[in-house]
Amino acid sequence: MSVLVYVEQAEGKFKKSVFEAVSYAKAIADQQSTNLTAISIGDVAESELKELGKFGASKVLNVSVEQLKTFVNQAYASVIAAAAEKESANIVVISNSFSGKGLAPRIAVKLKAGLADGAVELPKIDGGKFQVKKTAFSGKAFAVTELTSENKIIALNPNAFGIKENVTDASVETFAADIKQSDLGTVIKDIVRATDKISLPDAELVVSAGRGLKGPENWGMIEELAGLLGAATACSKPVSDADWRPHSEHVGQTGIAISPNLYIAIGISGAIQHLAGVSSSKVIVVINKDPEAPFFKVADYGIVGDAFEVVPKLIDALKAHKA
Amino acid sequence: MKILVCISNVPDTTTKITFTNDNTEFNTAGVQYIVNPYDEIALSKAIELTEGGKGSVTVINVGEAGNDPTIRKALAIGADDAVRVNAAPRDAYFVSKQIAEYAKDKDFDIILTGRESIDYNGNQVAAMVGEFLDIPSISIIKKLETDGTTATIEREIEGGKEVITVSGKFIASCAEGVAEPKIPNMRGIMSARTKPLNVIEAVSIEEVTKVAKYETPAPRGAVKLIPAEQTEELINLLHSEAKVI
Repeated sequence: MSVLVYVEQAEGKFKKSVFEAVSYAKAIADQQSTNLTAISIGDVAESELKELGKFGASKVLNVSVEQLKTFVNQAYASVIAAAAEKESANIVVISNSFSGKGLAPRIAVKLKAGLADGAVELPKIDGGKFQVKKTAFSGKAFAVTELTSENKIIALNPNAFGIKENVTDASVETFAADIKQSDLGTVIKDIVRATDKISLPDAELVVSAGRGLKGPENWGMIEELAGLLGAATACSKPVSDADWRPHSEHVGQTGIAISPNLYIAIGISGAIQHLAGVSSSKVIVVINKDPEAPFFKVADYGIVGDAFEVVPKLIDALKAHKA
Repeated sequence: MKILVCISNVPDTTTKITFTNDNTEFNTAGVQYIVNPYDEIALSKAIELTEGGKGSVTVINVGEAGNDPTIRKALAIGADDAVRVNAAPRDAYFVSKQIAEYAKDKDFDIILTGRESIDYNGNQVAAMVGEFLDIPSISIIKKLETDGTTATIEREIEGGKEVITVSGKFIASCAEGVAEPKIPNMRGIMSARTKPLNVIEAVSIEEVTKVAKYETPAPRGAVKLIPAEQTEELINLLHSEAKVI
């Protein structure tokens, strides 16, 4: 028995969410009194793979073959499931990223495993029951899900557990994956990354704005504020529906759910659908000229005032703070 | 082109979520149900791809008879026929097995789902059905075009997108942007009443998960209001009290 964690690489590097998944998987391995093995697929340098030891992985399986240099959902899932079988890992941990969301369910079917996706805490093991708390109802609730199968898959929400160092000397081994041609049905033609922007699901700080901004031409100050904070930008549904901002920035019940350390909502009234996607943020700041805006009821800090006056002053105050 | 769209019956987005029976069951009292909004996007795309005699759209739902109004809504939007697998949707694993079992000998060219249901937020069904059927699955897509043999798909990734091609059968889960949600017109609503809605029985599969209980988020303390002219005070609080900047 052991625990396996899939470490997703992007352009040969691991992101913070990967170190978080390794930290989380290590904590589960400790709960189970067993070892943690990581599996990496793609072109990653040995020194980068060794880094995983810092967070508790004692063995790293490396799959570096031509056909799997870029993401192929079906084939990656087969390789991870094969590694779990070879390592006798009955618990597989994956980061609940866009790719993780495509992989975990396939692995679950291959291993006849229960899957807890969007996990927000370590599993609780009680009288033989293995329970994982996960987000449900788009952030309006949590479901404590019992994984009743022998094999178990957990997809961890970004920013839910944090990175914990746990220095181990990681050995790196090549894992010989058996790749089926029928698993290679999808071909990546292009990858477009906005390198100057912080990705919203991973962001620790988020500055978000709504209809109160009156039009897309007024987003300059939002971007400036986000830039100063090192934050990602987000928006409410009416804003993305009106094409003022891209859909990828829409947070809320029908957009993406996020749980950053800080969420600053500017000119967003706080409809129940919007709150659903952001209510697990650790600290919420609301700036709105309407003192009756429902968002103030779930905020930690609030400023009642016109965004066009408050935000420039906030930018000045932040510049002064940084100076 | 034959397309299958998987739809979920979910509480309306304005629903206040509460639980009963010692927090083990969702409180359905007074709840209005809708077609899961993402599934509506998937359905709208399927109709777009088959309009003008270019194919047919079947919707499938796993659920009990109470879901029929939601299924009729999907027929009103423009699906040609519907199938309901008559069983409570235990979890994604169970639902996916039912859908795969139905679809395996029907020769659908494309299967679409929404990116996730807004109740259980699993984001699991598309990839699980793909695995049960051994066909490619692409999760959380933003764009889909097809010439009938090769589909070009854009998938969201952290901080960007991937452009993917796939030939042959596939399943994909749709996010915003794939299609504009279609609104049923009067003719659609009238014709939905007479379109076929076939009810089939579920197949059995091992249990892998169950919900032990639900919890609601802990309430936050009262908001600390800062006067609009004291923005530096907010920065100080975020720095030294909340310790987030």
